[in-house]
Amino acid sequence: MDLKEKLLSSFLVFENQLEDDAYMNDVRNDAITAFEEKGFPTKKEEAWKYTSLNSVLKEDYSIFPKQENAIEFNDIKKYFIHDIDSYKIVFIDGKYSSHLSQTTHDGMDICLMSAAMSKPKYRLHIENYFNKVATKDSLPSLNTAFSSEGAYIHIPKNKMVAKPIQILHFSTGNESAIMLQPRNLIVIDENSHVQIIERHQSLSNNAVLTNSVTEIFANKRAIVDYYKIQNDNLNASLIDNTFINQKRESVASVHTFAFGGKLVRNNLNFYQNGERIDSTLKGITIIGDKQHVDHNTLVHHIEPNCESHQDYKGIFGENSTGVFNGKIIVNKEAQKTNAFQANNNILVSDKATINTKPQLEIFADDVKCSHGCTIGQLDETAMFYMRTRGIPEKEAKALLMYAFSNNVLSSVKIPEIKQRITKIIANKLGVNMGFDL
Amino acid sequence: MLKIKNLHASIDDNGVLKSILKGINLEIKAGEVHAIMGPNGSGKSTLASVVAGKEEFEVTKGTVLFNDEDIEDLAAEERAHKGIFLSFQYPVEIPGVSVTNFMKTAINETRKAKGLEEMPAKEMLKLIREKSELLEIDRKFLSRSLNEGFSGGEKKRNEIFQMAMLEPKLAILDETDSGLDIDALRIVANGVNKLKSKDNAVLVITHYQRLLEYIVPDFVHVLLDGRIVKSGGKELAHELEEKGYDWIKEEVNA
Repeated sequence: MDLKEKLLSSFLVFENQLEDDAYMNDVRNDAITAFEEKGFPTKKEEAWKYTSLNSVLKEDYSIFPKQENAIEFNDIKKYFIHDIDSYKIVFIDGKYSSHLSQTTHDGMDICLMSAAMSKPKYRLHIENYFNKVATKDSLPSLNTAFSSEGAYIHIPKNKMVAKPIQILHFSTGNESAIMLQPRNLIVIDENSHVQIIERHQSLSNNAVLTNSVTEIFANKRAIVDYYKIQNDNLNASLIDNTFINQKRESVASVHTFAFGGKLVRNNLNFYQNGERIDSTLKGITIIGDKQHVDHNTLVHHIEPNCESHQDYKGIFGENSTGVFNGKIIVNKEAQKTNAFQANNNILVSDKATINTKPQLEIFADDVKCSHGCTIGQLDETAMFYMRTRGIPEKEAKALLMYAFSNNVLSSVKIPEIKQRITKIIANKLGVNMGFDL
Repeated sequence: MLKIKNLHASIDDNGVLKSILKGINLEIKAGEVHAIMGPNGSGKSTLASVVAGKEEFEVTKGTVLFNDEDIEDLAAEERAHKGIFLSFQYPVEIPGVSVTNFMKTAINETRKAKGLEEMPAKEMLKLIREKSELLEIDRKFLSRSLNEGFSGGEKKRNEIFQMAMLEPKLAILDETDSGLDIDALRIVANGVNKLKSKDNAVLVITHYQRLLEYIVPDFVHVLLDGRIVKSGGKELAHELEEKGYDWIKEEVNA
């Protein structure tokens, strides 16, 4: 039985276990129908031209993990940004772990999707926001159909959330292969500010496929800073679908630090529904081996006087492949849009590949849009220069690569994240350096 | 300190080995200042690069000894660790790496190679302050990205600042005077002179004699078509300035 069939039959089982909730059941039924019609995306689709899911879909994934697995904080501490005080929402094999988490209902809700879905007091919110910005494409639909757990965050207006929120998904390897479909809903009301860190981590070498959906609503003048840390092992694959709906004067940024897994696809979509909105999409990709990372971004400028800034840096070694597909749509009404996009890549090996494709659809006539992509090698003259100063080849290379990606790190607002990423980069590049530039 | 014997070097020019250095003999002792002069394309910069360890050049014959050790198989960084410094004619821009951090990395990697601990931060700062004052470098300048957007003069001053920080045994200054106005030239020369001692040596590579007014050489060599064809004292530099290179070419051909 292939994975699609397995999912379709599993849905019948899943549906039977659900509580009687006509609203949600309708949403789920529509979603599974959409998935059934479309199936998993293939390379024949333009948006998936350079990323094949075949190698990932052939595993026999368990859809509903059976066993609960107790994990102690010390075993997984290193995957947290543990040197900061933070709220934590932790999932083990898709199940919420209360003893590893730190949630709150004190003036705001930083808690669980399952709770928000089942309790009447959240009902209106769910009906207003759930699945309202996610697209009806096949993978988000698949997630919607099975959605039952994830993070639910609602920050009411005029609130500065003092501590960052860490959302962590662990898989234990209890099953030989597991498919996870976390679903996060994040609503930030007027004039509030939140910082969120998200990470998916496999704790074994068993196969994991995560098809995650995160919907973020940044309402009027809200500020959202979102950091995705992707540094999983070579049997873990991630399809991250993130949708951000911004209202007027809101500021949202997503930094994606992609150090891989087996296959990672980041579908990152921003919709600017209001004036004077600012959106930032930045990423650093450093991969090797046979890793594959695909950034597929969309910024949809719908109204006038908005800005978007995209800056993605990629360093590709060994047999790795990278994809950057950056789409910017500027509606006819969206005059005075400023949209910038840069994608710079270094190929460190002859066998590494990068496919980069800017896609601009501009219907307004008074806009500033710029895009640029580069693919290059490390500058040999710069290498020689550094070596004549006593910096060995490996360290010189690492320093150049770090400097190359530093533009992206410089806009990270939480110093501890910057330090952590710096450490991961040094590790990835095989050097023991601090790079305190 | 440096002994170059019958050095031949070539570069791969689209699959064809092109010979550039055709039998260089040169000996530099501690405490000496040597100048190499010569027209464009005579091989001056190649000589500097070969001694510093640039891998694009292939040494086809001859030896380079540094403190009696054959350095042919040493990588550029290993030569740097032994005390060879090359000031670049065109210093490379390295965006994202500040001057300070670049120097920290260079010094600590050199110390690591010698089995020493990293230099304590306080000591490093003191050293940076001291050496930047010597080269009259503004402190703000040190936090800028290395050579990025620097003027020609700033780049050269920065090269000598790095030299001052690394305290090499042999400093090779490749066309350090090009692009310098008279004030910057004076500052650079002053820096080099202050660093000079009986234990180190300087090799100045230049087109013109004007830098040699400030960094006075003990020996002047004329490089023509990959060979040193004439050597003399500092007066040779004046003669070249006045008469150009043609008379030497004629002398060589005769």
